[in-house]
Amino acid sequence: MRSTPAVRARGISKWFGRVIALDEVDLDVGAGQVHGLVGPNGAGKTTLLGLLLGLARPDAGSLEILGTPARQTLVVPDGVAGFVDGPGLYPTLTARQNLAALASLRGTRTSSAVDDALEQVGLGDVADNRVRGFSLGMRQRLGLAAALLTHPRLLILDEPSNGLDPAGKQHVHQVIGRLSDDGVAVVLSSHRMDDVAALCTDVTLLATGRVVFTGPLAKLAAESDENDYRVITSDSAKAAVVAADTPGLRIIEAGDALVVRGPVLAIDHLVIRLVGADVALRELTPVVSPLEAAFLALTHTESPL
Amino acid sequence: MSATLTRPVDQPAAPFVPAYRFELVKLLVQGRIRAVLLVCLLAPAAFVAVISQQSSLPTDTVFGRWMNATGWAGSLVILAFACSWGLPLLVSLVASDVFATEDRLGTWRHLMVAVRSPRRIFAAKALASLTVTLLLVGCLVASSIIGGLAAVGNHSLIGLDGHVLTAGVAARTVVLAWACVVTPALAFGAIGLLGSVLLGRSPMGLLVPAVLALAMNLALMLPVPVAFRLALPSNAFLAWRGLFTEPASSGPLLIGIVVSLLWTAAATGLAYVIFVRRDFTDLSNDGATRRTLVAAALPLAVLTGATALVLAVASPGSTGTGVEKSKLEASLSTAFSHLYVLQTRELHRPSVTEAQLETSTACDKGGSRVPDHGPGNDWRCVVTWRLPGASATGSAIYQLDVTADGRYIADGDGPKEVNGSFQVRTSTGDTPNPLWQLDGYVDLLDRN
Ligand SMILES: Nc1ncnc2c1ncn2[C@@H]1O[C@H](COP(=O)(O)OP(=O)(O)OP(=O)(O)O)[C@@H](O)[C@H]1O
Ligand SMILES: [Mg+2]
Repeated sequence: MRSTPAVRARGISKWFGRVIALDEVDLDVGAGQVHGLVGPNGAGKTTLLGLLLGLARPDAGSLEILGTPARQTLVVPDGVAGFVDGPGLYPTLTARQNLAALASLRGTRTSSAVDDALEQVGLGDVADNRVRGFSLGMRQRLGLAAALLTHPRLLILDEPSNGLDPAGKQHVHQVIGRLSDDGVAVVLSSHRMDDVAALCTDVTLLATGRVVFTGPLAKLAAESDENDYRVITSDSAKAAVVAADTPGLRIIEAGDALVVRGPVLAIDHLVIRLVGADVALRELTPVVSPLEAAFLALTHTESPL
Repeated sequence: MSATLTRPVDQPAAPFVPAYRFELVKLLVQGRIRAVLLVCLLAPAAFVAVISQQSSLPTDTVFGRWMNATGWAGSLVILAFACSWGLPLLVSLVASDVFATEDRLGTWRHLMVAVRSPRRIFAAKALASLTVTLLLVGCLVASSIIGGLAAVGNHSLIGLDGHVLTAGVAARTVVLAWACVVTPALAFGAIGLLGSVLLGRSPMGLLVPAVLALAMNLALMLPVPVAFRLALPSNAFLAWRGLFTEPASSGPLLIGIVVSLLWTAAATGLAYVIFVRRDFTDLSNDGATRRTLVAAALPLAVLTGATALVLAVASPGSTGTGVEKSKLEASLSTAFSHLYVLQTRELHRPSVTEAQLETSTACDKGGSRVPDHGPGNDWRCVVTWRLPGASATGSAIYQLDVTADGRYIADGDGPKEVNGSFQVRTSTGDTPNPLWQLDGYVDLLDRN
């Protein structure tokens, strides 16, 4: 049996006045897939997630959510949950009151559902505290708990790891993993590649509203052959000369630590040549992870050195 | 992996009761609102209990002079205080917070997605603010009555024409008077809703309804034409005084209630239209343009103008201030007769009835050069009555301070044994002289 995709977007565009926030974006998310949207600030991640949540309509293109064409704004099809632009909580209410209100608005009365959702995100201990005193990470987790109340089949999360400490991150990752195992499609955004690498099976890279890559995470790592490496040697001046001679390599920074950019093969050559030139190699490390490098290369962001 | 996803259906709008309950909870958990409720619950009782025991009573306020005679007067003093500034301000502040909160917290989109119906959100919010308004008024009523009854007791009350309301009648009339001010309170609540729908989280949203309430109160202090006065929702905050004459002057009160309901409907309707048209997906949308402001203010101005016009046509006398010489004379005669009978009883003199006194009054405003109509503190009246059991007549002088709302304080100016002294000597000791100073009320609409 072929399953309906949770999200099927074809050529969707969204304008804000003269700013194009999304430019002919295609997106496919299958059931059980955890899909990461990655891109620098202003890439259009929040805008795209907002469209998936039904908070706005695309100006062009077709968008199907859980098999239904997206129509009216602010009418979210049954089975979609999540949030963009913060979890939308009432600070004067307690965590439990916030969730209980949402549960009763959706016609579910059971207080056990609320308790269960709070336990899942690790907020059981602070259920009766006012949200006013919650940290950013606790609010994010409470927002996730609110989304869980409806037993969604498509979960939309905007920067869910924002402000999370390692323990909080673990709770969120566990919840997302469990949902994915149950066949729930999850679309989340991040501007950090490492979060995405830990959570997602598939990624879509956005840069100024355009999709620059979409596909499985493994494919992304292979996408970019160039990376930046930090090279520390016994003689940095001589090493710089050797590096400049090596074909396929560019020197990004010279000094005590040499930073070079190039494909793995060129790095191999550099090491051989350094040894041949009597320069001892003390350290050779990639400046960023391969995924990060691919991200930076594809989105044309300058590498943060 | 998962089974085939079934075709989703759009979620129906959330049921009304949870939406309403949610709005109510959001209001009632606010420290500010709780503090206001607590003050409304405790302050009136404490005020009435303390002031009733004092020797100098707030005689400038209607019924203030009777606070140590009956518990019901205390509640009416609180009512008068609340009506002059407190209630319109409080109610519009509560109501204007209902919408502005979501703007402040940036929760509109989440609420929309949770409730899925702007109409239902509006209804839930409007009803929640109505509930809190009623709660506020309820606290004031209960507290002021309990304070008065506990401190002074359940005794009869002297009305604004000097007639005696037995304790039971006083109780009923006091509660009725409070009930009557609920309608103008609702009108100001609706104005608050409109302000906050229009102006979002901008502090103007809180300020505009409050300023409007103050402006109307100030307008009502001026000698404006009766038709205009009655066309303002604030008027019902004053007109309840007509319940305390016999017969009750219910004309201005009924008009005040109708006008308040019209304002409530108009302001709520406008707020509703503006609210459901708002684009909640646009986060930069925060408050209204100047055009919407005008579009909202204009209908209310037209409503006021139209009401004033209808009243002016229906009641030709209502283009004046409504304070007329003949009305004052009739009112003072009645009040004097009633209170003279009371004084007679206190002094254990042979009993006399109001009819036997055949009281008449002649009033003049500011000497011969000033026309004899309109509010002012320069009215001077001479009351004449037939002395019981004698063919001679008595006369006494009063200085009247008449305010634009038709209420007056008559200050006795002699002779000393009738109205010139604040106490009279009885066989059991000195008691306050009911004829020394008296509160009165003329029906501004009455054609006399
Ligand atoms: N309501 C709006 N009105 C006008 N412009 C908007 C609006 N929302 C987004 N934009 C513009 O659209 C573009 C994409 O914004 P979006 O918020 O989707 O980016 P993002 O990828 O989520 O960025 P970030 O990582 O900073 O959250 C930006 O140029 C932004 O200025
Ligand atoms: Mg964003």
